Amino acid sequence: MRRFLSLGFVCCLLLSLSLTAQAQTNVTPPDDKSAYALLEALDVDSYRDKGEAITAVLQSDDERARDWLQALLDGRLQRSDDGRFIVVLDNSGRNWPVADALTGEPLGEMSRRELDRIGINNALRNQLRSAIAVVDLYSPNVERRRTSANRLLGEVDGELLAPINELILEEDDGQVRNRLSQAVAIYRTEQGEMEGVEALTGSLHPRARVALSRAAHGDDPVVADAARNALASVEQNLKINRGVETLYFGLSLGSVLVLAAIGLAITFGVMGVINMAHGELMMLGAYTTWMMQQLLPGQPGLALVLSIPAGFLVAALVGVAIERSVIQFLKGRPLETLLATFGISLILQQLVRTGISPLNRTVITPEWMSGSLVINDALSLTINRMVVLAFALVVFAGLMLIMRRTRLGLEVRAVTQNRAMARSMGIRATRVDIMTFALGSGVAGLAGVALSQLTNVGPNLGQNYIIDSFMVVVFGGVGNLWGTLVAGLSLGVINQVLEPWAGAVLAKIIVLVFIILFIQKRPRGLFPQKGRAAEG
Amino acid sequence: MATQHNYPSRRFITSVLAAAVMGASAQAIAQEDDPIKVGILHSLSGTMAISESTLKDTVEMLIEQQNEAGGLLGRQLEAVVVDPASNWPLFAERARELLAQHEVDVVFGNWTSVSRKAVLPVFEELNGLLFYPVQYEGEESSENVFYTGAAPNQQAIPAVEYLINEVGIERFALVGTDYVYPRTTNRILEAFLKDEHGVADEDIMVNYTPFGHSDWQNIVSEIRRFGEEGKPTAVVSTINGDANVPFYRELANQGIDAADIPVIAFSVGEQELSGIDTAPLVGHLAAWNYFMSVDADENYDFIDAWIEHTGDEEAVTNDPMEAHYIGFNMWAEAVRKAGTTEVDAVKDAIIGVTVPNLSGGYAAMMPNHHITKPVLIGEVQDNGQFDIVWQTPSTVAGDAWSDFLPGSRDLIADWRKPMECGNFNVVNGSCGGSTAAEEAEAALAE
Repeated sequence: MRRFLSLGFVCCLLLSLSLTAQAQTNVTPPDDKSAYALLEALDVDSYRDKGEAITAVLQSDDERARDWLQALLDGRLQRSDDGRFIVVLDNSGRNWPVADALTGEPLGEMSRRELDRIGINNALRNQLRSAIAVVDLYSPNVERRRTSANRLLGEVDGELLAPINELILEEDDGQVRNRLSQAVAIYRTEQGEMEGVEALTGSLHPRARVALSRAAHGDDPVVADAARNALASVEQNLKINRGVETLYFGLSLGSVLVLAAIGLAITFGVMGVINMAHGELMMLGAYTTWMMQQLLPGQPGLALVLSIPAGFLVAALVGVAIERSVIQFLKGRPLETLLATFGISLILQQLVRTGISPLNRTVITPEWMSGSLVINDALSLTINRMVVLAFALVVFAGLMLIMRRTRLGLEVRAVTQNRAMARSMGIRATRVDIMTFALGSGVAGLAGVALSQLTNVGPNLGQNYIIDSFMVVVFGGVGNLWGTLVAGLSLGVINQVLEPWAGAVLAKIIVLVFIILFIQKRPRGLFPQKGRAAEG
Repeated sequence: MATQHNYPSRRFITSVLAAAVMGASAQAIAQEDDPIKVGILHSLSGTMAISESTLKDTVEMLIEQQNEAGGLLGRQLEAVVVDPASNWPLFAERARELLAQHEVDVVFGNWTSVSRKAVLPVFEELNGLLFYPVQYEGEESSENVFYTGAAPNQQAIPAVEYLINEVGIERFALVGTDYVYPRTTNRILEAFLKDEHGVADEDIMVNYTPFGHSDWQNIVSEIRRFGEEGKPTAVVSTINGDANVPFYRELANQGIDAADIPVIAFSVGEQELSGIDTAPLVGHLAAWNYFMSVDADENYDFIDAWIEHTGDEEAVTNDPMEAHYIGFNMWAEAVRKAGTTEVDAVKDAIIGVTVPNLSGGYAAMMPNHHITKPVLIGEVQDNGQFDIVWQTPSTVAGDAWSDFLPGSRDLIADWRKPMECGNFNVVNGSCGGSTAAEEAEAALAE
């Protein structure tokens, strides 16, 4: 309801705007005294008065109005101690570069103490966005028009109706026209008009569905019937969309599990080393991403891409150090290895905690990885998850290639199947151990780079994934990379299917119980190793 | 016979008295030389280190400042720091170490409710003083604990009232981490929404997730659908710690804007936001009793001192830090008033003590060991700070026992003489002991 009200302010402006659009050239620029008064009206305590002041700014026809409103929306419109209005250009540090709001002239840097921000709340934010959207409908920029048309869905009221209908006739972009017509249809449906209901039939947009379900409870039995039919007709479609969405959630959770587990599938699965510090190698990969972003300020995307090799290298080197200093002396003693590597994991965590900070670090998500891909009105897929899913598959394919097609892979398989025999054939088993451990650790580093985009980068990052990783490897079948992939993805999907029905806590428990029962039945996991290697 | 019997015993008494006098004077001499020991019981390692380690630094800074100003009662203060390592049973051991071995005069510590419950018996047994600085679920008042964080009526209830009255919200998703604080708070909120505001069952959605939950896809999409049904919807979040970052990220990625479905959080402060890119979160809300952005000279002085102490230009301050600031000053004032650091004297002297808070007002210690606080609602800004959009016209006194839960409703706490009771039942007029607390817990477990 608030939005409808706030739009009320805007309507009168619309009329004046459409007038000024034609008469733009002969408007004399308002003198700065009146502009100052406009801004001064914004600097009041009451949000209601501020709302009226915003409307006044809009109706002033001042060409700086949109910039002021945008600055106000972003919290960058401020007032200095001497009463001047200031636009903050960059509010990231402690001292901010500023410019005069009226003249646009840069004024150097000012500190927080000298400035008072003109605050807004969510209601005003809505009002500002709607106002800017209405202004932008007349913008020559198609993107701006599309955004503003999207925003107007469900927000059209009686006064906006006529100007929007006019705009539809003039608009040459199909997408904008389509959205605006839908916005009008939603309004009509809410008024209980048959025409609107017909136009909305088949629409998946939540606003349209809200309008239809209101019409379905309306007074006119014919319209109510039609609205009910329209709602029922998309029911099946919605179910399919929800199914696809759940599947995507599952695959994406699964891809995280696969990434976390695949390095372990090599060190634990192939080499048989229980490395409890695996999670910490992932953490190091994530911190490498943070470090790269610190080294390349302002280029989070480039830093992220560069941290893929960097994260691999850092984790691989630390992995080799662990292997050389501890694990090689504990060969064939799994319990001691478990305890020693658990100790290492605690040491690495505390090193990061004291060396860098116990606090989480901010890793920025680059522009091209945020937001979601809109498939239709009822289904959109988040892009960061999609990138991680693709990355997991690429890493998996790369590992498969190394294990199947390279000499290293052949040697690794030979050494793990029969160490003595491989050595007698001239393979340097120690070197292969180092390389394998480096590879497994490096992949953990890659997982860390990916996780930095999904979760917290902090000293505890690894702990949260180590149990899940072992679970996936054991479920998939020790020593089998395909098993890890299938196990990870299917556990992800099972978890996400159960979650809406059982809740997050119970879903996790059910999955664990399921795995315990499964392991009872098939102790060697989904894809048990066959042949003589399995005996070892 | 009688005299013969009396004689040695009289001598015995005199010697005992003499020894006592000598001992006391020796103690007095020792007191003048010895520093006052201040125990700090915050995790410096483990999962809670992220939140608790800054509180240790805060208390150290306050001690430094106090020493620079000449100490207390002419004595210097000395910090005794132990690390309970985010391990709840270890909290109890370390508390015992502080009280029995180091004989500290006061302890500042704990973050999670479960750790507070673990040290409670130790403080009661050894008669220590604990200042607890974090917002919590209430339903407790101990003779030995001073709760300088918010009780539910100083945070959750005003926050929800703000949503209903100022924002016009009609549907509520209560989302929290699965442990005692969110569960109790959400029960109180559910009862409050239904009884006081007539919110229907279908307009309340409750969801719990494990600690450190990182895959929010399903829950966020459920919230989105919950909010798409036509009524203005808000999320009331008691999600704790790390899990918040992926939660907000998922919200932003699924395109849920604060203008569509605002999230009001009770456990997200400046510190939590410092680990996250806040641009997509602008407009989401938090309810606290202090924000770093508060416009008050005391606050700016505190921030400057904090930045100087940490040597980090980007260091942020937050609500539990202010709680320690208030608690420390209250304790110092009470020691001055009592003229001694002796626990029982300080405990009596502190009730009614009033000290400045950081938002330009004053905090007073109430007889139920809770303090008065203003309630502030802030909106997240893109620089990781909060813009204060609403605040209670005056300070609110902390209520140990919620008025919205059966069993707890009839209880009050008053540690002044002659009542001296943490759970006095006003209906049957007796100090409830354990039964009232159990009733409240049973009501919770329903």
